[in-house]
Amino acid sequence: MTTNGAVIAFEHVNLAFDENVVLRDLSFNVAKGRTKVILGASGSGKSTILKIIVGLLRSDSGAVSVNGARVDQLSETELMKVRSDLGMIFQEGALFDSLTVRENVGYKYYEETDKPLEEVDARVEEVLGFIGLGEHIDKMPSELSGGQRRRVAIARALAFKPGILLYDEATTGLDPITAITVDDEIVKLRDLEGVTSIVVTHQLRDAFYVANNMAVKNQAGQVEIVEATPQKKDETEFIMLKDGRICFEGNVDDLRQSHDPYLSSFLS
Amino acid sequence: MVSPPIYTHDIIEQFDALGVGSLTVVVLTGLFTGAALASQTGITLDQFGARPVVGRLVSASMVKELGPVLAALMLTSRIGSGIAAELGSMVVTDQISALRALGTDPVRKLVVPRVLAGIVMAPLLTIVSDFVGVFGGWVVSRFQLQVSSDLYWSSVTDALYSQDIWQGLIKPFVFGFVIVTIACHVGMRTKGGTQGVGKSTTLSVVAGSVAVIAADFFVTQILVLLLYP
Repeated sequence: MTTNGAVIAFEHVNLAFDENVVLRDLSFNVAKGRTKVILGASGSGKSTILKIIVGLLRSDSGAVSVNGARVDQLSETELMKVRSDLGMIFQEGALFDSLTVRENVGYKYYEETDKPLEEVDARVEEVLGFIGLGEHIDKMPSELSGGQRRRVAIARALAFKPGILLYDEATTGLDPITAITVDDEIVKLRDLEGVTSIVVTHQLRDAFYVANNMAVKNQAGQVEIVEATPQKKDETEFIMLKDGRICFEGNVDDLRQSHDPYLSSFLS
Repeated sequence: MVSPPIYTHDIIEQFDALGVGSLTVVVLTGLFTGAALASQTGITLDQFGARPVVGRLVSASMVKELGPVLAALMLTSRIGSGIAAELGSMVVTDQISALRALGTDPVRKLVVPRVLAGIVMAPLLTIVSDFVGVFGGWVVSRFQLQVSSDLYWSSVTDALYSQDIWQGLIKPFVFGFVIVTIACHVGMRTKGGTQGVGKSTTLSVVAGSVAVIAADFFVTQILVLLLYP
């Protein structure tokens, strides 16, 4: 963790591709167990932020820390250790199309560890059960619906128990009902597993759903999605990007009450 | 390349896909090339009354030049395009990024097994192509040119020296490396969605084919200097 307790910290980060400036002097923190929702129009640099965090891209200047490690200065080999606590859900899922759901979800264990197969299979089944896709374990990704593929992508990112999950447009292109099943997973992971998350989206409906709801277990031990308490709402923070800069930062109520013309046009 | 992790099952899978999977096309190419070569050279040799030595020309041409080059060109079109398309698709669908995010080095996982398969299987496929080509030459020599089998096979072996065989084995080793390296490089640098995948596939075949022909010239020059002092 960084000195201010944040698990992810951006300090004056800049990035440009040739003449196209993507991020300008970007600074923000994400505290442990919190959710940061990054809003913005297409091309505003939202996904780029996630790629910088994972080390898939490097910033031109500024500091990027993940669990206290300066990912902007680490080699590809050194990044592997940082990535062991990071799970990323890509746009469209990015499932390995030649592998089954089981192999996708257990990929990291099957390929990168010597963990016994029985233990890996048990973990894969546990995770798929958590997201409600246990019966699809032996299917190929092409046999799944769009929503199921996103949820399998979440399961794959979740399987090795990372402390941080990064959602890159996890609900884009899904119908509202299917999108809510994905949103529910984000809420459950935050509230039941204590996962720190960054949710990148341009869909306000999903952003508000994640902020306004929380997951609890009822007396029968079943998970329920209920309206978030005011304290829980504050655990979800919003950032709005415009031209690579942060033009808004606050909680869901601040966002609704903002009179900023750009925000208003985005919210309308 | 030799430090862990080593993706053994990917290496075996690529050996199978590249080697066993290319066997049919290499066998057919070698067979018809050897047969056509015997037919063509038979006509030329007749002008000098030298039809019985047709086996010499077939074996020397197949082992030193046509076997390695044609097998390599077939491999370029078959596996070069396949590798570029597969890796290109993985790039444009973020699967390569997903691999990296999951802690896997895409070069170790995807490129190294393919390169190993290329440099091992290309020489083996070329040996098969050479044998089948010489066999194709025998079929034409025996049944079309009416050269006796004993004469054909003795002239095949008479014409081959150890330098020729070394040349025929070293060339495909280089070609296998060149074909797969180009295909992997082009595939991993794919940009622009499905259109980009198409462009990468085409570029892989074109660049691979030209590189094989160019490499053949340069490797031949080097081997002639080294093997035939």
